[in-house]
Amino acid sequence: MKNYFKPTVFLLSLWPIYIITYQIFYNKLGPEPVDRIINHFGEWTLIFVLLTLSMTPLKKITNSVEWIKFRRMLGLFAFFYASIHMLSYVGLDYRFDFEPLINDVLKKKFIFIGFSAWLLLIPLAITSSDKMVRILKKNWKKLHRLVYIISIFGVLHFIWLSKTIFFKPLIFLIILIILLLFRINFRKFNLS
Amino acid sequence: MKKFKYSEITSEKIYNKRRSFIRSMGYGLGTIALSSVPLINAKANNSNKPTSYKDITTYNNYYEFGTGKGDPHRRAKNFTTRPWSVKIEGEVEKSLELPIEEILAIKSEERILKLRCVEGWSMVIPWLGFSLSELLNKVQIKSTAKFVEFETVYNPEEMVGQRYPTLNWPYIEGLRIDEAMHPLTTVVTGLYGKPLPNQNGAPLRIFIPWKYGFKSAKSIVKIRLTKNMPNTAWKNASPREYGFYSNVNPEVDHPRWSQATERVIGESILAPRIKTLMFNGYGDEVAYLYKGMDLKKNY
Repeated sequence: MKNYFKPTVFLLSLWPIYIITYQIFYNKLGPEPVDRIINHFGEWTLIFVLLTLSMTPLKKITNSVEWIKFRRMLGLFAFFYASIHMLSYVGLDYRFDFEPLINDVLKKKFIFIGFSAWLLLIPLAITSSDKMVRILKKNWKKLHRLVYIISIFGVLHFIWLSKTIFFKPLIFLIILIILLLFRINFRKFNLS
Repeated sequence: MKKFKYSEITSEKIYNKRRSFIRSMGYGLGTIALSSVPLINAKANNSNKPTSYKDITTYNNYYEFGTGKGDPHRRAKNFTTRPWSVKIEGEVEKSLELPIEEILAIKSEERILKLRCVEGWSMVIPWLGFSLSELLNKVQIKSTAKFVEFETVYNPEEMVGQRYPTLNWPYIEGLRIDEAMHPLTTVVTGLYGKPLPNQNGAPLRIFIPWKYGFKSAKSIVKIRLTKNMPNTAWKNASPREYGFYSNVNPEVDHPRWSQATERVIGESILAPRIKTLMFNGYGDEVAYLYKGMDLKKNY
């Protein structure tokens, strides 16, 4: 791997930040700016979760392990954007008014599942370092399988908050199903 | 809240001032993280200040042109609205087909009314229009008529959204006959003193200010008087979530999200949500229509 690959991917992964900064400074957030910011980071979180899940299939397809080197960074970006998404919801939309917020988290299933997904991302982010991989050994892999549940929660979150599944939530769902099917197929391969 | 005000519409100047104010706040913000600092909980103001023309005409839910808010503005540009006629049929003595020119000749007045979307946002729109009852009085309604059904045009050639099964096309909406005859139920012919833009439902739409926005059908070609409750589009798609009445009601949540508050379109990222009012603030005028009804059951 060329040694400028990783910094390039890092800078490209900041794309959602460039966009929103531009839109804030040039007043291009549109008629519903708070909604725009929350949705922007929500969608990018899902994109990064799916990108993270794409690395293993890409490895198998291209027969190159290089892809795996980006997985941690992409996963951490997913956590980063999920955190901004959550914070802008709590801070911008609800202005840290925790009573209705807690009410929403418990009563509204799309918020409950979205918040759960974010909580589940925390242990994965904490244990992402090489050191933690060494410490946790085999358990590391088990723990990081949580990403499958997180990805399902994330897509369900998007479906449940939308008035209709057409078209963005549906597209995310289809891509997720394809990426998860890859896992099932390849495991069968290994067994035979 | 007053029924409708015949006040002057927001001048472009005031609108621009407001914009630059928002922009200057944007500069001050710098980062998103900073803007998450707790802010003084500004008093919820339910002002009647009209939303800007730009926001009203670029932020639309009109699934016939796509599910994105900006889709209708972009895709409805060349929508054909002439020739056009509206049929009034069903439980009437003699059905009637009115050319659009004849309907637009009915005297319109400015009606500044608030639109509350079921998604949790609102606008104040200076519509041009007249009471639907004026139109319905052109036919002899039979005593068997209990409901009024509105049908949107079916034109998948130009309405690209109709090529996909997002909803059952054509879009059907409906009202109980007393709701339809209420003077606040408006046939809309324009906004901001101009003819109705395509993305807002040209050439003709209705507007019912105390109900969620989706009740107000656009580009209407048929008005049908019926004996039975119409099978309306969103109720058809998800009956548990969208009822026939769909009156704005802060106490009855959408199964998936709260209806207690709303975001005012065009406000800055620092503006708080405002409290949603029963019947969208038109309770004094319309509450009597639902006397004795359980509005939790009849959502």
